[in-house]
Amino acid sequence: MSKGLKIGLGILAVVVIIVFLVISWATSKYNNFVGLNEGVNQAWSQVENVYQRRADLVPNLVATVKGVANFEKETYTAVTEARAKVGQIKLSADQLSDPQAIQQFQQAQDGLSSALSRLLVVSENYPQLKANENFVQLQAQLEGTENRITVERQKFTQVVQEYNTAIKRFPGAIVANFSGFKEKQYFKAQAGSEVAPKVQF
Amino acid sequence: MKKIIILFLLPVIITNAQIEFPILKYYANDFTNTLSNSELSTLNNSLKIFDDSTSNQIVFLMTSSLNGYSLEAFTYQTATRNKIGSKKNNNGVLFYVAKDDRKMRIEVGYGLEGALPDALASSILRNEVRPYFKQGDYYLGISDGLNAIIAATKGEYKTEKSKKEKGFGFPSIFFIILILIISSIFRKGRGGKGGGGAGILPWIILSSMGSNRGSSYGSGSSWGGSGGFGGFSGGGGSFGGGGSSGSW
Repeated sequence: MSKGLKIGLGILAVVVIIVFLVISWATSKYNNFVGLNEGVNQAWSQVENVYQRRADLVPNLVATVKGVANFEKETYTAVTEARAKVGQIKLSADQLSDPQAIQQFQQAQDGLSSALSRLLVVSENYPQLKANENFVQLQAQLEGTENRITVERQKFTQVVQEYNTAIKRFPGAIVANFSGFKEKQYFKAQAGSEVAPKVQF
Repeated sequence: MKKIIILFLLPVIITNAQIEFPILKYYANDFTNTLSNSELSTLNNSLKIFDDSTSNQIVFLMTSSLNGYSLEAFTYQTATRNKIGSKKNNNGVLFYVAKDDRKMRIEVGYGLEGALPDALASSILRNEVRPYFKQGDYYLGISDGLNAIIAATKGEYKTEKSKKEKGFGFPSIFFIILILIISSIFRKGRGGKGGGGAGILPWIILSSMGSNRGSSYGSGSSWGGSGGFGGFSGGGGSFGGGGSSGSW
């Protein structure tokens, strides 16, 4: 073997080792992103679950207050309309990188939140509702669901932040760019939106 | 000198963190001295027995005030940090009373939301607990509330712990002896030369066994409690904000 060939082989070996190291590093980064992404998707499906749970409570709640003599009509029609809007806007986990989509989703849900809290405030004026065990139970379910929404939203925000930090941090950001991991949006906290509407008995 | 000052400061920092979200050492915890020792130990025993037989962990906590925390945030954080319930079933419940704030909450882990739905939790607070609390009879309110929670969650899960949690039972001692015998044979076989590797091996295996035990439930540590108090130790359950709040 000539000297030149030896040097050439040596360089080749070094290059091969470097390439191998880079590939294994990129693979581990990629797998890490996949895991984090999966975590975000899971947290999102929980958020959707609890929002769905709230939407499912609405028909029952509206039916109950409707049964009360001369209950303010615009209050429960507002709830029904807000509920219909929420039903139209579905947000799949793939759309989480789209700021507009999540903003629309949040707007619709916040609309339902405020319509519902208005309904609960108005219901305070009807003593026969407070004595109605069915209504009291619905109220408890609604409260519990609002609290679940708060919790799941917090969990979601947490995993999205973790994911975003991971894909934006250099040098992992290079891998994220190549493999199409995009920054995800999360709920923007609005004044008072983290606090579930409080209902006093 | 600086080191000494830091050493003195350290416990202060740690206890401060504990005040914010209490570390629960027992099944029944009263930081207000409202319940007598015998009342506390009765509650504690029945909750421990319930945990041992069903693996559902129900924990009671009473403090004088929320110190400005929101009730829901406080109970969620306290339940989560103390890891009430098992990791597999998420079957924990925290019954919390803020005595001077006159607020209470039942926080329900994911796995018991079906057995103890919000409406039922709310009904327990309104119908079992509140009437007694209004009369100032805390013990009866608490024990009735806990009994109602027990009744609701009974039969939801079966315990798998009793078998798993014997700790150093017969099989593991047998295993250790076996390893020691094998390693001594190895040492002899090599004639004292380079036997170090085999000497370390059993310790690696032993220490890995030890860490396994450490990460499992651990509530079998009944020797840690004093007298009739069985110590509580969380199993890693998670919570999703289920349950109900009330006042009196």
